[in-house]
Amino acid sequence: MRPYSELKNTRREQHDFRVRLFIALVFMLAGFGILLARLAWLQVVQYEHYHTLAESNRISLVPIPPSRGLILDRNGVVLAHSYFVYTLEVTPARVADLERTLRQLGELMEISPGDLRRFHRLRRESHEFEGVLLRSNLNELEAARFAVNRYRFPGVEIRSRMLRHYPHGPLGAHLIGYIGRINNEDVRRLQEGGEYANYLGTGHIGKTGIEQYYERRLHGRTGIQQVEINADGHAVRVLSSTPPIPGDDLILSVDIRLQEVAERAFAGRRGALVAISPTNGEVLAFVSQPSFDPNLFVDGIDTENWKALNESLDKPLVNRPLRGIYPPGSTFKPFVALAGLEAGKRVPPFAIQDHGFFTLPGHNHRFRDWKPQGHGIVDMRKAITVSCDTFFYGLAQELGIGPMTDFVRHFGFGKKTGIDINGELEGLLPTPEWKRRRFKQPWFPGETLIVGIGQGYTLATPMQLAQATAILANNGVAMRPHLVAAIRDSRSGTRHPVPLEVVDRVTVNPRNAELVKEAMLDVTRPGGTAVSVGAGAPYGVAAKTGTSQVIGIKQGEKYDASKIDERHRDHALFIAYAPAEAPTIAVALIVENGGSGGATAGPIARKVMDYYLLGKTPEDQATPTASRADPATDRRTPP
Amino acid sequence: MMRDVLKRLLSPFDPLLLGLLLLTLTLALLVLYSAAGQDMARVSSQATKMLLACGVMWLFAMTPPRFLQQMAVPLYLLGVLLLVGVALFGDVAKGARRWLDLGVMRIQPSELMKIALPMMLAWYFAKREATLRLADHAVAAILLALPVGLILEQPDLGTSIMIGASGFYVMFLAGLSWRLLVGLALAGAAAAPFLWHMLHDYQRRRIEILFDPQQDPLGSGYHTIQAGIALGSGGLAGKGWLQGTQSQLDFLPERHTDFIFAVFGEEFGLVGGILLLLLFGFIIGRGAWIAYHGSTMFERLLAGSLVLTFFTYAFVNMGMVMGILPVVGVPLPLISFGGTSLVTLMVGFGILMSVHANRKLVAT
Repeated sequence: MRPYSELKNTRREQHDFRVRLFIALVFMLAGFGILLARLAWLQVVQYEHYHTLAESNRISLVPIPPSRGLILDRNGVVLAHSYFVYTLEVTPARVADLERTLRQLGELMEISPGDLRRFHRLRRESHEFEGVLLRSNLNELEAARFAVNRYRFPGVEIRSRMLRHYPHGPLGAHLIGYIGRINNEDVRRLQEGGEYANYLGTGHIGKTGIEQYYERRLHGRTGIQQVEINADGHAVRVLSSTPPIPGDDLILSVDIRLQEVAERAFAGRRGALVAISPTNGEVLAFVSQPSFDPNLFVDGIDTENWKALNESLDKPLVNRPLRGIYPPGSTFKPFVALAGLEAGKRVPPFAIQDHGFFTLPGHNHRFRDWKPQGHGIVDMRKAITVSCDTFFYGLAQELGIGPMTDFVRHFGFGKKTGIDINGELEGLLPTPEWKRRRFKQPWFPGETLIVGIGQGYTLATPMQLAQATAILANNGVAMRPHLVAAIRDSRSGTRHPVPLEVVDRVTVNPRNAELVKEAMLDVTRPGGTAVSVGAGAPYGVAAKTGTSQVIGIKQGEKYDASKIDERHRDHALFIAYAPAEAPTIAVALIVENGGSGGATAGPIARKVMDYYLLGKTPEDQATPTASRADPATDRRTPP
Repeated sequence: MMRDVLKRLLSPFDPLLLGLLLLTLTLALLVLYSAAGQDMARVSSQATKMLLACGVMWLFAMTPPRFLQQMAVPLYLLGVLLLVGVALFGDVAKGARRWLDLGVMRIQPSELMKIALPMMLAWYFAKREATLRLADHAVAAILLALPVGLILEQPDLGTSIMIGASGFYVMFLAGLSWRLLVGLALAGAAAAPFLWHMLHDYQRRRIEILFDPQQDPLGSGYHTIQAGIALGSGGLAGKGWLQGTQSQLDFLPERHTDFIFAVFGEEFGLVGGILLLLLFGFIIGRGAWIAYHGSTMFERLLAGSLVLTFFTYAFVNMGMVMGILPVVGVPLPLISFGGTSLVTLMVGFGILMSVHANRKLVAT
């Protein structure tokens, strides 16, 4: 039995519940009352307003695409800009007889077979009710002639579009990148990022290079116009308008004239070059040869050009500085040398007697030096200067693969440098664990020796080599390399420098660093492997040559360049920084199948450093084309 | 013989409530046919889901409330467990972690919570019946906060608000003191800036755009602007079935799901709107009548909360389409395309019918 009081409570609670339920009913009634009032407001009081919007004059929201930011080099030379053009566009859904319309348009103005091909291709990619580009760059006369005949062409309209132009063409194409038409994949990504609305009315998006990496800054914010549209689909009246916010301008650290000097220095050979300012990580030149004309991609590249670029054995579309991975060869040696010195190995006056080969204890396989007869008595300094393989075989063996790779990793090998372009590769610093994972095979002692001279599995990108050289030049402080030096806000016009970032800091005994640097300076002095690079230079060049094998040479066989197919010749590598006392430029480059590093690659580096440090233009390229900043190409002055 | 079987099968149904529901569902199919661009496949797919949902409703109508009361705690615990599972192993879709893949099927545990939470709270208050004190409300608040917090983290603002509301209704009906309510409201107002901080960016943006849809006329604000034009241009009598220009010309986004009321309002006008509000009103009224006559505290509280929750769905969705509430992902109950929320709703109505069948025949 429940006590009386609980029974009373129960009664009271039931009563309370009913009161509450009643209150809830009143609350719900009030809620529906509010909805009813709002509905009546919309449908009765405001009816005329909305009726007008929806029925007699359909309202249309017209996006106004923002103008894309400029890309400028460090001296203000325009590398990418946008401009308005009159274009002729056809909306297939509104054209009754497309073939006839196209034919009649061809009588009014010139429409090339290329234009037609592009039109049909774009048409396949677009909706039927979207305007499809038929002709761009209409001149005044053509525009006027069409305007007079417009009544004959329903569904054909003249519009002004923004086009992107890269005035220097192939120069620096891999770093600037290009924009291209927004494809389904881009749409999906934009939708996922919640940015799709900001791209309405915009046909293009950054696809590679700076154009892609800084897409968000370059693009800006789309504006919007509410317009009334009459039955013919023509805008009658602008109701409200929010102006677009233009994209920000990018000021690169690259000097396009230096870039040109570097690209020309390659003289048609394949390869890559990266020049960095060691103290702040600014990339001064970023070369990938051969290059391509990015303007081809802006409105969709045609099949022939695409085939030519894509199927060329020279692979012009590959971004070599970031995606070309090569064995670093002897350019790896200064870093291994430093690893040895730091570990207390090979400290002077330690020296070896080099007979031209090295054998592991208990084996008779000969690890050969590049110089068959050997270098005689070799200490650390000489080992770098003459690039003595035998010396480094012994050092690598004594160091062991683990400590060696652990040390050089601090110089950026085996990891991304973090440069502001997408797609960078990591290269490879092989370790026994890696080999077990990759090949399910144990690590052989001989492989450690090969890593010690930068061959075998070791792979690095030209970007990584430049970064490693810059770190060495900057006394162990690794700055994040970057191509964009500053961003200019489109609204305020203020220039925001990109903050510098220290990504790693290697502590090295100054005595050891000094030894390696002195030896690298010797490389460009008489007796070194790149004497010609230092000859006559008013500044000191610290450098290291390198050669990396493309095909294996059998035991006992000799490498003879003349007998080998050109594409199987060795790659020529070169790293350098200057002036040696207070470096302001670090360079790394590779000439594919170029043979010897000192002879082929070294002179290119010299030209780059001469231009950067002395302002000296090489004699064979007296008139650089990229030296003028042309104010007429500024996108803010539409024609 | 056949008639007897039929009679027994139909016996748990409350004919009045059933009639109102069937009328609303029929209307839903009509609107859907128009909203889906006269796509019969979509209509028949929804009709199938309706049949299934009615079956589920029948099952719950057959279940005695006493059994539901026994199931309250295990269901709640299961629900919380699944929500924790979602937080740890859930699938991510559109940036939110809402689904749990059990290998054989994917489930959305927050749906279960829509029923399990009010059940749990009703169970708790029924257990404390006649000795109810302030501390019990504190316990209830914790039971409420746990699943709501988990769902808010997914993040699913709409669902967490709805589930939080359903739990709050139980507490309110159980006699949460007015003084506390006012106090909570004030505390809520004080905590608002803090909560604002906790919201996800997209949620904040939605609230900002609610107050000024013009801020983002091509993005989130587009819904509100276009829905406003659709409703307003519908006028008193509407443009007629299948005649809505806004709806038929692709101006309205999500027009067969969350924004279906805009299609309805454009084509049937204020008259149609009043009719729909009346239908919903009758359903709510009948539900309240059932709650009023519930024979145990558990039944009364649960039934009352379910009715209020149904109201909240309708109010929030229509308010959102009319542009007086933020665009949160809440479908229009019984009308919007989609099976999940429909089944959950019909489970609620099944419970109401079960309460109805179990009512005292003599009023006390």
